[in-house]
Amino acid sequence: MGRKLLLDKAHVENIRLYDVYRQHGGYRSVEKAIKTMSPDQVTEEVKKSGLRGRGGAGFPTGMKWSFLAKPEGVPRYLVVNADESEPGTFKDRYLMEFIPHLLIEGMITSSYALGSNRSYIYIRGEYAWIVDILEQAIAEAKNNGWLGKNILGSGFDCEIYVQRGAGAYICGEETALLESLEGKRGNPRIKPPFPAVKGLWDCPTVVNNVETIAAVVPIVNEGGDEYAKIGIGKSTGTKLISACGNIKKPGVYEIDMTISVEEFIYGDEYCGGIASGKRLKACIPGGSSVPILPANLLLKTAKGETRMMTYESLADGGFATGSMMGSGGFIVLDETQCVVRNTYTLARFYRHESCGQCSPCREGTGWMEKILLNIENGKGKMSDIDLLWDIQRKIEGNTICPLGDAAAWPVAAAIRHFRDEFEWHVQNPDECVRRNYGLMHYADPLKTATPA
Amino acid sequence: MAEAPKLFKVTIDNITIEVPAGTTILNAARQIGGDVTPPAMCYYSKLQGSGGKCRTCLVEVAAGSTADPRPMPKLVASCRTNVMDGMVVKNITSERVTDARNGVVEFLLLNHPLDCPICDQAGECHLQDLSYEHGKEGTRYEFAKRTFEKEDIGPYIQLHMTRCILCYRCTYVADQLTNNRVHGILDRGDHAEISTYISTAIDNDFSGNMIDVCPVGALTDKTFRFKNRVWFTKPVDAHRDCPTCCGKVTLWNRGDEVLRVTARKDQWGEVQSYDGKPGWICNTCRFDKKDMNDWVIDGPMKVARHSVISANHYYSGTVKPQETVAEVMGGRAPKLLMDIHSISDVNKPEVHLSELPGPATGATFNSPTPLKGSNGQD
Repeated sequence: MGRKLLLDKAHVENIRLYDVYRQHGGYRSVEKAIKTMSPDQVTEEVKKSGLRGRGGAGFPTGMKWSFLAKPEGVPRYLVVNADESEPGTFKDRYLMEFIPHLLIEGMITSSYALGSNRSYIYIRGEYAWIVDILEQAIAEAKNNGWLGKNILGSGFDCEIYVQRGAGAYICGEETALLESLEGKRGNPRIKPPFPAVKGLWDCPTVVNNVETIAAVVPIVNEGGDEYAKIGIGKSTGTKLISACGNIKKPGVYEIDMTISVEEFIYGDEYCGGIASGKRLKACIPGGSSVPILPANLLLKTAKGETRMMTYESLADGGFATGSMMGSGGFIVLDETQCVVRNTYTLARFYRHESCGQCSPCREGTGWMEKILLNIENGKGKMSDIDLLWDIQRKIEGNTICPLGDAAAWPVAAAIRHFRDEFEWHVQNPDECVRRNYGLMHYADPLKTATPA
Repeated sequence: MAEAPKLFKVTIDNITIEVPAGTTILNAARQIGGDVTPPAMCYYSKLQGSGGKCRTCLVEVAAGSTADPRPMPKLVASCRTNVMDGMVVKNITSERVTDARNGVVEFLLLNHPLDCPICDQAGECHLQDLSYEHGKEGTRYEFAKRTFEKEDIGPYIQLHMTRCILCYRCTYVADQLTNNRVHGILDRGDHAEISTYISTAIDNDFSGNMIDVCPVGALTDKTFRFKNRVWFTKPVDAHRDCPTCCGKVTLWNRGDEVLRVTARKDQWGEVQSYDGKPGWICNTCRFDKKDMNDWVIDGPMKVARHSVISANHYYSGTVKPQETVAEVMGGRAPKLLMDIHSISDVNKPEVHLSELPGPATGATFNSPTPLKGSNGQD
């Protein structure tokens, strides 16, 4: 059993309430940081910990914090991105719902480090009930002197506000989130300037994922060096993985990044294997926008090494034979699943969620969706597969924000690894609406590296 | 401390130019001009914050700067990326750029109705120009195009949402020129549309400028609708003493009839600036002053663009034929070089053409002794 740093107390009854949380050692990190450390020391600990952003990109958090511009007389802001809308990702919901104080505690500590006197939680509109939970937690924290003016007599003021989104996936992109938080249409901004220089109301801003901020608590409590000892290489600490799909035990698991993908899927401690005794066909290891991998490439890298649940190992082989850790939305597909249908579902999602600001994403996502639907319904042509490839290629990298890439990658990976399934759909138009392609060779041991 | 603005050296398609710091790649390329300039559908230099959306101006940065000569991994939007000293940019010399631009043009045209034959913008449409210059001959799109319900946004401006490419320029006009914006983008993605919320009419003194900035035929002048094709009209520059705007306009005439009034445009299709201030015009000038007597004519408009409207019109690229006589004559420039009438045998001075009863024929001149008053046949 790996170490748990975030969810170790999640099972404690009423941990949602302040008193219970405090009894179990809550708010120690705030005390430690404010009383014994300078803001820069906190940032230094986070740097030492090697913590990487848990929202998807995996950018080192300490580095991000140190990029924050600190001009005189200009307020700085910490914004927590709780707009968790990626299909397959639901880790932040779990964390906020069961131990909201962990987030609040992390936010106070982080706000202290960054010098933010007003911090915001931008939460997805659909998480309506969690807003109440968070607001109750904030009120409790305030009543007990952890928020407000002059916290612990240190002269540091901090307020936390919760802002609900209105149901747009794009508002999880940090600059769109800031636009939305300012009360505007949630269109991503053109970078540079980056939020660290010009963010919320043109002031320096750090936008972090819920889990990242929560991870600051154990880092400050135990020290960055201790935290960095967990995990392998540059994947330090623990990571919440929200597992779903055709597995026996879907749910949120906290792993220290030392286990293999195989162990995560088949281990009793984690997903418990594939449901109904079926065989594993494919997996999207990091939320809907990361490339899908067939079973053989998922468990072993192209080099023949065991694939681990770490940032590096999941990304091993680049996009040709690897994927990404992403936001930790682990979607498992068994042999009864149709990759074409899955890809279509994702394409439909991205078409619906594209903000419509820049043309490749606005027009391209809809086009891909229509072609995929045709192929799925047995109306596709062979040329459609190449066309899809060309469309995704022209979207990727040519858009303002990463949503364009996120829409292109799943399609690219599906064609790259499952091209014969697409071709089967085209060649067997009647059969493909009646049955699925099945497992075929996707779990066969790799002989050589699959060419891209 | 008054300092001369710092100059940055930037190389675009192997042409090096010095521009002040803070200039965007696109504006630097516009200073060079010609094919080196990336097309821009959403960027409008007179509107703050515009640009970055259409992705037609993508360029490749082969070297970031002298200090950090690493290339940028992605293509960048030249309209929103500032030049750095020693930057090397590839526009038409980069295959990646041409390829991406082809893609963008195809994307922009996916849901565009291509109803140019009935569109008032045809002939001066930036999307037409863009697709001619940077597009491919056909599309691979085989599905029904997205359409919108027609919407009335007031007495002066016609909105055709199906033609819109969502450049957002009109919203910037409303934000920056008028005192209240009542229209905006509703919905998102490929179903996003420009509209007023709950069908309010756009009613503002400067709302007409939205027509001028619209790169396509999504916003057209209702007072000009279906009156004429732009390339048949005769554009003349004119002005009037307007209390609200600069009053410098272009009239698009048929004979003495003023069919349309627009602001004067520069070679990038943007409203011209006077003393650094953009020459936006008010709705009174644009929609109400449709009589030649309202205006003082300045002269024919010089069409600076290469679009269809430049056909049969004056354009600034006209090459005047050069007089070489003075050069040949060593500086002397006589009005008439030589009178050969009296010594020439060719034109037979004794034949008085005006006195011939019919047209002159070969025989008139060939007969050895032509008769006065005869055509040589009798």
